[in-house]
Amino acid sequence: MGDDNGLVTQALAGKRYALARLISQVEDDGETARAALAALYPHTGRAHVVGITGSPGSGKSTLVNELAKVLRGQGVTVGVVAVDPSSPFTGGALLGDRVRMRDLSGDPGVFIRSMASRGSLGGLARATGDVIKVLDAVGFQVILVETVGAGQSEVEIARTAHTTIVVEAPGMGDEVQALKAGLLEIADVLVVNKADRPGAANTARALELVINQNAAHDEGRWRPPILQTVALNGQGVPEVWEAVVAHRQYLRESGLWESQERARVETELFNVLREELLNRTLARVGRERVQEWVTRIADRQVDVYTAAASIIGG
Amino acid sequence: MSKRLRILIAKPGLDGHDRGAKVIARALRDAGMEVIYTGLRQTPEMIVESALQEDVDGVGLSILSGAHMTLVPRVLNGLREAGLEHVKVFLGGIIPDEDVPRLKELGVVGIFGPGANTHEIAEFVRQQLTED
Repeated sequence: MGDDNGLVTQALAGKRYALARLISQVEDDGETARAALAALYPHTGRAHVVGITGSPGSGKSTLVNELAKVLRGQGVTVGVVAVDPSSPFTGGALLGDRVRMRDLSGDPGVFIRSMASRGSLGGLARATGDVIKVLDAVGFQVILVETVGAGQSEVEIARTAHTTIVVEAPGMGDEVQALKAGLLEIADVLVVNKADRPGAANTARALELVINQNAAHDEGRWRPPILQTVALNGQGVPEVWEAVVAHRQYLRESGLWESQERARVETELFNVLREELLNRTLARVGRERVQEWVTRIADRQVDVYTAAASIIGG
Repeated sequence: MSKRLRILIAKPGLDGHDRGAKVIARALRDAGMEVIYTGLRQTPEMIVESALQEDVDGVGLSILSGAHMTLVPRVLNGLREAGLEHVKVFLGGIIPDEDVPRLKELGVVGIFGPGANTHEIAEFVRQQLTED
């Protein structure tokens, strides 16, 4: 086993189709993918991972397109991971983010991959973190991760990215919406897109109010800047990138870059352990005996905690 | 675990009617496939690049402009040059009967005109892509 067909070697040497195949392997989660990830891991940890989240229609894809253009203008290479939802019924998905990223076509310094969420909640797919690792390992300097059009609870991106951009658009909700917990709390940079539309200044003001309240009791902490953009024509986008760079500097200087990396790795390890231990336990106990327990729990003969303790205990 | 089929639906050329492409994209999604939709006015080079980055199993082209005899060979050649000869190409739109034999000879696996049944198209695509 190990490096199946030399894909890892080829991808590290800059072969784009090998990279695409590796990403597919990682998405499909086979044994070969694990071996590939192990081989790639020493090459990771260099990229700046930037998440872009916000409601459907707020302009995430367009902003990603424009951010990538700004970065390419500075000679920075860009990997893009764009996640769209899978149907919970058929498992199928319509991945349409490339429609707004056509400007990036033909540039060898850009690699775009669309991902279906495949049943994962939280705005990302289960394998998004691993796909980011692959792009990081082959040398993309910035990785832009666009989430599923997020509501108020899809905050997984904040645990995955170094910097999270939350995109809002005017007319998508009043101040009360802005006060609710969730997306705003994970924002490192706030963007009011479609700023040429009426109400943009109001939206920005409402956000400002919330940020001020949040920031009041946290001196010395990063204060998310609120920027207005018209992503469709690129207006305000260079400033968004400047804010992202400032945030990266803040993370580096405050030591948060390392501590967040540690927290991220710990979460990841616990997730993998959880999954692995579950699989091993199920394999050891056997499907039928587990189903017997399920029946007994459903019949109210035993509760889940007692059942779980008995299963683990032998 | 069976691999999910990934399909690119693209509209090469200059005509601006993507209704058919969207209907097919939707039908393939409803059939459980992951469909990458690229939008209008894609050049053959753009289509090949998207197919490569997305590691798709098939490419569906929608052409209403009459330029299929120019565009289709360019996409097929491009795929071949990129090492993607295993990617199956099918075609929808307005394709005159007399062009069909030549297109199939070039390597197009299926051609669907107006009124084609979307379930049949989805089933055909699934069979073609899971063949080998």
